Amino acid sequence: MIKEFHAARWSEPLIMEMGGPGRRGFVPPEPIADPGRDLVPDGLRRSIAPDLPEVSEPEVLRHYLHLSQQVMGMVGISLFGTCTMKYNPRVSQQLARQDFLAQIHPHQDDATVQGLLEIVHRFDLMLREMSGMDRFIFQPGGGAAAAHTHAMVTRSYFAARGELGTRREIVTSAQAHPCNPATAAAAGFEVITVPLGDDGLPSLDALRSVVSERTAALMINNPDDMGLYNPQIKQWVDAVHEVGGLCFYDHANFNGVMGRIRARELGFDACMFMLHKTFGVAKGGGGPAVGAYGCSAELEPHLPGPLVDLDDGVYRRRENPGGVGRVREYLGNLTEVVKAYAWLVAMGSDGVREAADISVLANNYMETRLMAIPGVSKSYPGMTKHRMEMTRYSLGDYTAETGLTAADVQNRMTDFGVDAFWMSHEPWIIPEPFTPEAGEAWSVEELDYWIDVLAHVLDEGRRDPELVRTAPHHQVVAKIDGSSLDDPNRWATTWAAYRRKNNLGSDGA
Amino acid sequence: MAHPYMPSSAEKDKATMIAATGIVDIEELFEQIPPDHYAKRPINLPPGLRSEVAVHRHLTDLLRKNRSCAENLNFLGAGYWQHYVPAVCDEIAGRSEFLTSVWGTPSSDHGRNQAWFEFASQLGALVDLEFVGLPVYSWGAAAAFGLRMATRITGRSTVLVAGPADPERLGVIRTYCAGEDGEDAISVSVIPVDPATGRADVHAISQQLSPDVAAVYVETPNYLGQIETGLAELARLARANGSETVVGVDPISLGVLVPPARLGADIVVGTTQPLGIHLNAGGGVGGFIATRDEERYASQYPTLQVSICDTLTPGERAFGMTLFHQSSYGSREQGNDWTGNSVYLWTVVNAVYMALLGPAGFRELGDTILAGSHYAAEKLSRIPGVTVLWPDGFFKEFVLRFDDGYSVADINAALLAKNIFGGKDLTADFPELGNSALYCVTEMHAAADIDTLAAALTEVLA
Repeated sequence: MIKEFHAARWSEPLIMEMGGPGRRGFVPPEPIADPGRDLVPDGLRRSIAPDLPEVSEPEVLRHYLHLSQQVMGMVGISLFGTCTMKYNPRVSQQLARQDFLAQIHPHQDDATVQGLLEIVHRFDLMLREMSGMDRFIFQPGGGAAAAHTHAMVTRSYFAARGELGTRREIVTSAQAHPCNPATAAAAGFEVITVPLGDDGLPSLDALRSVVSERTAALMINNPDDMGLYNPQIKQWVDAVHEVGGLCFYDHANFNGVMGRIRARELGFDACMFMLHKTFGVAKGGGGPAVGAYGCSAELEPHLPGPLVDLDDGVYRRRENPGGVGRVREYLGNLTEVVKAYAWLVAMGSDGVREAADISVLANNYMETRLMAIPGVSKSYPGMTKHRMEMTRYSLGDYTAETGLTAADVQNRMTDFGVDAFWMSHEPWIIPEPFTPEAGEAWSVEELDYWIDVLAHVLDEGRRDPELVRTAPHHQVVAKIDGSSLDDPNRWATTWAAYRRKNNLGSDGA
Repeated sequence: MAHPYMPSSAEKDKATMIAATGIVDIEELFEQIPPDHYAKRPINLPPGLRSEVAVHRHLTDLLRKNRSCAENLNFLGAGYWQHYVPAVCDEIAGRSEFLTSVWGTPSSDHGRNQAWFEFASQLGALVDLEFVGLPVYSWGAAAAFGLRMATRITGRSTVLVAGPADPERLGVIRTYCAGEDGEDAISVSVIPVDPATGRADVHAISQQLSPDVAAVYVETPNYLGQIETGLAELARLARANGSETVVGVDPISLGVLVPPARLGADIVVGTTQPLGIHLNAGGGVGGFIATRDEERYASQYPTLQVSICDTLTPGERAFGMTLFHQSSYGSREQGNDWTGNSVYLWTVVNAVYMALLGPAGFRELGDTILAGSHYAAEKLSRIPGVTVLWPDGFFKEFVLRFDDGYSVADINAALLAKNIFGGKDLTADFPELGNSALYCVTEMHAAADIDTLAAALTEVLA
């Protein structure tokens, strides 16, 4: 049963087009005293006011409420694969707004932030228990930043051993998230990408053929974004260790294996958990986020600071001399750390295990239904074992039949209140890919609805391809015409640039 | 008992999915994991607290051990400041749609993309530049990425950082420039602050402008609060040397201060935290990068950015990603540096904040901060044993030097006993400034607060 849906459509102007001269949205307090002179050094006072809108407070509120209504987010059903869309408990949102967290300055004396440091330390211990690592830090502001942290820890480790000059290569696989090769390259390493074999997995032989005394590290996720778990991952780690390299486990896809495996027991030297994915923290449209980075005792001296320790019942921050220094200012996005801690406290060992069970069960439930839909195939169908928490599918057959692409189908699905599905990171190994991830926070009815919408859209496309090709039709705006986006004469990241390139006045007319 | 976060933790739902999947036991689904990969012992965490009441109580008990800037009088700043956050900012930050969006499409998450565009447009107006990327993790990250852009643009590999440098940001810059020890490193050279003025030492910097210098990085107002008066000269010298001028700025100062781009800055970076984001124990950081709208710069951004664009409906506007292919999402290791989750929820809030303030709000706020901080400096300078190192030409922050006798740590401990968070201790990072601390005064401080501090300091130093 497909439900009727239409997104809010306010035809909302830009804030820069709103308001009028003299309107005020915020009035600062009067100066404490009249200084009687200009306190700005000669020639440095701004004479031309910034071209900002003049809008009253209720107008600003309503404008951004309208914009919020024009965002689907998880108000619709979002099974955005690789991002583990799970419930973000509002209790911790509420707690995070209170003064005891929101009004803490990062340079406050340790004595004034004992509660906060205790949470950081407790959460560190809990993640150690889940991974087998010896120390976690929370400075990296996302998964990519955690991957970069690993690249920097790798540099520090080999520099201390006098081997940085020869340890020039970081190995990853074609299915690893782009942040792994990208951060390795930014840290000055050469990237070696192991291709996938016929079974969808990069082979141990292919790995062995590229590792050498030049190998600094392996950076890899497992299971991958297709739901394939590398059964030889321990041998991979051994092969890299045999040539003296370090092994980093990008645990982006942790949801299906949490409670069942420990990165350290598989031999990894370091790992990363995304608190904004697996640990219940909201996405925020892309942060604030945390890539919690954990490592072995051997790598701990190379961690960035500050670290949090418990000494004689008192929590203290300390520097880590000889380590990376800083990967980010202060201790990290601690508000998100507190939320993740609250989530883990609410879940416990039992809840974590159950979430993993449900997320893998729900994915396989979806797979059973999705594979019965004509036009849908799955990546590497010869790999017949059950997939983990997500499966990569292909609409390649459907595209051959109808000419409609996965992007067309994705757009049309949003017309039914279903958030866009994830296709695939680069490179696209599977034609016209899509990757739903059921997680544990969606009901059977919601999963069924998602599947029903997909089936409905595929049917529509067979009957009326134009309807799907020109979708969406029930969304805030129509499909974008992206032809201007990479044209320097037409792109405009600001209203000022847009007006200049289109010869418009300050009011846009 | 079912868990409130998981609909299918109800036994009936699990049974439904198990039956439909054609399995008997959920363990069958984990057949890909070899037996010897399993954890040697179960994960040992306390049982989950399924009642929200218990979770709330537990967290509240812990967090109540903190003392905040709300019930204490705070003078800490040092690049991260306690400003007022208008209530509308919090209202929008809490909207579930913004809070939970992840990626979407330009059509279905149009409102978020528009808010991002409005951020870039308003930030661009403040800094007087037309190309603005979506924010990165922090000011330090923005400065580092800006410097890396400069090395790619110039093909050179040394960057000069003008003191005074925030040790936190400098640490990030050094890390992003890949340290000082590797054969492929970008060399970061810090030129110490001129202790006579508290400002960048333009002469010393000019002496180091070799053909290998990709960029000069300078901040205004600088880490010690001083408004840099030599910026135009520095930018001129850098340009003559073929180097880029990268300037870090506190955007809240730009209602009263000339935007650095007008003084010759090529790449302007800075913090987004003052624009409506709470202190959040340091979890409110965010950094922006802005330049002229020229391909020379645009092609080097590591960020994502949204551009206004058309839709299939004539006359309709939308917002799509521009130059996506040059990001690491588009090109993996061939892209410019890397990108990922950032601080995009704050970006929406920043847009709200700038819209609320408008041109008059930024100007008045700047003047209020200037007046309050100078009032405080003057008042405190009258206390025996206290010297304001550079009593003029600063914005929001100023340096107090205390006569020998008490260390800054002792003074701050005594102030803390009076519910005052004293200024940031500078003695370890800037020993050349003596027994000094960096004090911050914003629109949050009333005259009575300054008087309270003055009385407390007088008593402590007596």
